[in-house]
Amino acid sequence: MTDAAASPGQVPAPSPSKPPRVGLFVTCLVDIIRPTVGFAAVKLLEGAGCKVVVPSQTCCGQPAYNAGDRETAKTLAAQAIDAFTDCDYVVAPSGSCGGMLATHYPDLFKSEPEMAAKAEAFAAKTHELMSFLVDVLGVEKVAAQYNGVVTYHDSCAGLRELGVKAQPRKLLNSVEGLKLVESEESETCCGFGGLFAVKYGELSDAIVQRKCADIGSANADTVLAGDLGCLMNMAGKLQREGSLVKARHVAEILAGMSDAPAIGEPRKDGAR
Amino acid sequence: MTAIATTAEFKENAHEALHDARLQRALVHARNFTGRRAAAAARLPEFEALRDSARAIKDHTLAHLDLYLEAYERKVVEAGGHVHYAQDATEALKIILDLCRARGAKSVTKGKSMISEEIGLNEALEAAGIEAVETDLGEYIIQLRGESPSHIIAPAIHVTKEDVVEDFRRVHRQLPPDRDLSQPEQILAEARGILRQKFRAADVGITGANFLVVETGTSIIVTNEGNGDLTQILPKTHIVVASLEKIVPTLEDTAQILRVLARSATGQDASVYTTLSTGPARPGDPDGPDAYHVVILDNGRSNMLGGEFQDMLRCIRCGACMNHCPVYHAVGGHAYGWVYPGPMGAVLTPSLIGVAEAGQLPNASTFCGRCEAVCPVRIPLPNMMRHWREREFERRLSPAPLRYGLGFWRFFAKRPALYRLATDLFSRAMGLAGRSKGRFSRAPFASGWTKYRDLAAPEGATFQSQWRARSGAVK
Repeated sequence: MTDAAASPGQVPAPSPSKPPRVGLFVTCLVDIIRPTVGFAAVKLLEGAGCKVVVPSQTCCGQPAYNAGDRETAKTLAAQAIDAFTDCDYVVAPSGSCGGMLATHYPDLFKSEPEMAAKAEAFAAKTHELMSFLVDVLGVEKVAAQYNGVVTYHDSCAGLRELGVKAQPRKLLNSVEGLKLVESEESETCCGFGGLFAVKYGELSDAIVQRKCADIGSANADTVLAGDLGCLMNMAGKLQREGSLVKARHVAEILAGMSDAPAIGEPRKDGAR
Repeated sequence: MTAIATTAEFKENAHEALHDARLQRALVHARNFTGRRAAAAARLPEFEALRDSARAIKDHTLAHLDLYLEAYERKVVEAGGHVHYAQDATEALKIILDLCRARGAKSVTKGKSMISEEIGLNEALEAAGIEAVETDLGEYIIQLRGESPSHIIAPAIHVTKEDVVEDFRRVHRQLPPDRDLSQPEQILAEARGILRQKFRAADVGITGANFLVVETGTSIIVTNEGNGDLTQILPKTHIVVASLEKIVPTLEDTAQILRVLARSATGQDASVYTTLSTGPARPGDPDGPDAYHVVILDNGRSNMLGGEFQDMLRCIRCGACMNHCPVYHAVGGHAYGWVYPGPMGAVLTPSLIGVAEAGQLPNASTFCGRCEAVCPVRIPLPNMMRHWREREFERRLSPAPLRYGLGFWRFFAKRPALYRLATDLFSRAMGLAGRSKGRFSRAPFASGWTKYRDLAAPEGATFQSQWRARSGAVK
């Protein structure tokens, strides 16, 4: 692993005659909290010529894996691998869940050759959304507009496990009206860490406070990232602090879906 | 006799650290290492290749450690020195105290050594009536303060300049009370003056080792102050205390690892001093000790060989992992509660003092992975912290709320149809409850979250439910 970006795996380009069948691994948080991100992902994938399917799914198993419950993680991994059998690709709008699917599943089954082979094959066809669009499909630009200044937070697993760094920036720079500014510590963890945020709430809070200060110094109106967990953490802290900076998943901007309220903001008709 | 641990109170320690305004001011300096390391790595095109090479050297050595230890011992003996093996801290202390007593030592100078912290050497020397003087400036400062190092290469990083002035005035009573200590140079000059007298008076010098070189029987230390040289050259006896994984086959191997060590640690191309010592003074040498002893400490490390924590023994103690750790940056080193802080401490400490005692440390990580990304010998630190969490889970040492919470969640996560139904109901209900504000500032089921930050409310129906309604069930 390197601090910046690793080179993406070489995957054959989809043939123009038959659109690739892409299974959306929607992720628990997007499924439950913010379906808008899921629909943004679908829009981007379909716009790039994919046939998107959404097999019945639950969780990638990462909460169990990181809590030391390896058996549950394996059960859920096997469940996910099965669910996406008939997909050419598996795409997740998250570097964290994507990293679990693409790097940790093979580790989970290291001592079971038959499952290990399945996990390897599954991992090889799995991608984080930004990386899939740019590295696999070769998308160069999007047809979207956003009038504002955004800064991008590099979520840890996407950055360090999957090499997601340049891809979202490349696409963001093609959005009409959008200005992308870098914060000094875009590669520093926001302090979310899944259950860490609750198990070590005070510590997590200290880390996200610094993150918010860094975001504030970038003078952007919106912070973007590719992971809803980090985004909920940053949005929640920014809101608690009374900051005016909004938080959104990068896919929403790229799909031209910035009409939806930002994370943790009320719907326009919501005051009823 | 191993150093006393408060690792079980990590959470309380962290709480105190977060509310210690002085500490928080001092910790700003810990963050400065990040940019320096990045610049040093960028200046050297072969840096990444050197990391691979350093890892390979350490892996090879660990795979043949028994043979290399024997070969190293032969070389030390050939050079006129002695090698002692210590199973644990108690044995190491007995060997060192016996050597000091045999010399009739009243005063011992010490170079910086984390192993000496691990075995509690200063306390043991003092208890035996022998004065122990730390000669690394940072170590000297924390010794005056009765503290332990808070960083493995910058032991006093938690201390501010003002703290040091206070400590010097309190302890150096022999100097005029109205002296000017407003400039860093003046503080340094005072420490230098005091330490010179200690160097001259010492009967025994004790140093650690960054490397024990098999090829020549040489021990090597890297320092930035030259205090190590005076510690090991002036006294009659030089004792090296090092753990067994410091073994490196050749000088060429050492040179390769040295090229990543300082760059990873402080961002220097090399430390100011790289000091080699091989046996006692030979006839005709202008200086040097007349006795040279190496105490090799195991203290649980050989149990790590061949297991899932063996990779941790590659560690070359550069401190890059803690220099890049958001948790270390927030609370500093003392909160970790034992000798080794940061990510390397979170993996090593449970190996050495047990996961029942130190289980919090591998849990107190966001798994951001930056430690692994900068580790010069590519130790998979987050993975190994996860291994500790697995050990804890297997032994049912994890906290009960976590276990029950996971059990509840697991029940649904293993049943997709039920999961979809339950999450959809939950999302709709919570979406309705949070409709006016879009978020919750208090939520009884997530108070650990909402105590510090707002919680975004669900938009309404789940994605899966909306997708199915739109396109008909897929499966």
